[in-house]
Amino acid sequence: MNFEHILFSIEAGVATLSFNRPEQLNSFNAKMHGEVREALKQVRQNPEVRVLLLTGEGRGFCAGQDLGDRNVAPGAATPDLGESIEKFYNPLIRTLRDLPLPVICAVNGVAAGAGANIPLACDLVLAGRSASFIQAFCKIGLIPDSGGTWTLPRLVGMARAKALTLLGDRLTAEQAEQWGLIYRVVDDAALREEALKLAHHLATQPTYGLALIKRSLNASLNNSFDEQLDLERDLQRLAGRSEDYREGVRAFMEKHTPAFKGR
Amino acid sequence: MPRTLAVLPPEQGVRLITLQRPEALNALNTELLGELAAELDAAEQDAETRVVVITGSRKAFAAGADIKEMAERDLVGILNDPRLAHWQRITRFSKPLIAAINGFCLGGGCELAMHADILIAGEDARFGQPEINLGIMPGAGGTQRLLRAVGKSLAMQMVLTGEAIDARHAQRAGLVSEVTQPEFTVERALAIGRVIAQKAPLAVRLAKEALLKAEDTDLASGLRFERHAFTLLAGTRDREEGIRAFQEKRRPEFTGQ
Repeated sequence: MNFEHILFSIEAGVATLSFNRPEQLNSFNAKMHGEVREALKQVRQNPEVRVLLLTGEGRGFCAGQDLGDRNVAPGAATPDLGESIEKFYNPLIRTLRDLPLPVICAVNGVAAGAGANIPLACDLVLAGRSASFIQAFCKIGLIPDSGGTWTLPRLVGMARAKALTLLGDRLTAEQAEQWGLIYRVVDDAALREEALKLAHHLATQPTYGLALIKRSLNASLNNSFDEQLDLERDLQRLAGRSEDYREGVRAFMEKHTPAFKGR
Repeated sequence: MPRTLAVLPPEQGVRLITLQRPEALNALNTELLGELAAELDAAEQDAETRVVVITGSRKAFAAGADIKEMAERDLVGILNDPRLAHWQRITRFSKPLIAAINGFCLGGGCELAMHADILIAGEDARFGQPEINLGIMPGAGGTQRLLRAVGKSLAMQMVLTGEAIDARHAQRAGLVSEVTQPEFTVERALAIGRVIAQKAPLAVRLAKEALLKAEDTDLASGLRFERHAFTLLAGTRDREEGIRAFQEKRRPEFTGQ
């Protein structure tokens, strides 16, 4: 399957999806949205895929919505931005969060607008040292979308979330790591390799169990303590039925390396 | 053997019926509906079966009626529709019926689910009556049971817009009693079924009847019916056993007598 605005490949259990409109800092137009959606559908339907790696080509990771697609002419009717969120961004964010496999995001450069919040819907975020996060929405009279208003206060606390979103200042990758917004900063030159190494490692792990971990942590943000304990009971019940659990225990007892299948 | 259902022999008093038309998201064609009605008739007669759980697939409980089939019926055809008799047989089933619902539960599927006494839904279940989109309307209880379950405003909204609601919304509205992880929907329904299966069958049967009475009668008549049912149970051996077991602090042994 050939795409115009993304690069997509599946190899050894790892699906790699890279935004590929480098001239426009990988900002989204309708076609790129459609291609990302199609690629993610393939990820969901292909049982071979056990890890997804999301990244961008060129200097930027993703500059959010391509405003060239959104030119507001004076005197024209006001656009319905809610519609584009309903149609494009929300399904994308929901898919990344709900995918039953670990999603790694390698932020290779500037991540602005929706592009700053897409990584936050992923599970493990690595960023190159020169990468930065900009909640640029406030500069053009908009509010952060793609889950930003929900995710940011939970990751960095309300005070920092408000500062980031009301000022729209550039947050460096190192600062983002210190604040707990992302998992790890690595040197620019090593980013792709580090991310792939992590992805290939995870692809050998009990990914069914990893998906359950992801599911439980995502749910915990809305659950009461009691509800979460019940959920842990249920998901552990599922995990305990997996082939990988048997394999893990067997390998532990027999003191050799387990061969996990992701089921 | 039914072709569109998988039926397991009862286990600890609970029989599991699984709708199986994967090619059509379990759309309820006349064949499936007829087989289901026949299975419930058989379960009615089977002393081993105390409770029936009905479920579909992980993807769909049942995604509606069979549109192809529907298209072939004109006014006279619908007037003589054999489906009505099947629905009536399902309604007549006197033992507890539990629906374990995952995925799409739409149109006739939603109406079938509402024929159950207890509805358990997986987190990603979706309930709706999309008939209006086809220029028709619900025809197997969708306008009646839905309103009684969720109240007027939501029922009107669902039936007139054809838009579905998710499992959590359905639970808040009172359409389903529990929402579970999708992998456990059937297990949870079976577990509830096993609890009910240990109770005195006559008490269960009369209690179900009295509860259903509440849906279509005035309070005074309902209370009168309840009292009659309550009084009837006084003549059963299981009532003696239940009360004695309670006094002697042991588990009752119900026989259905």
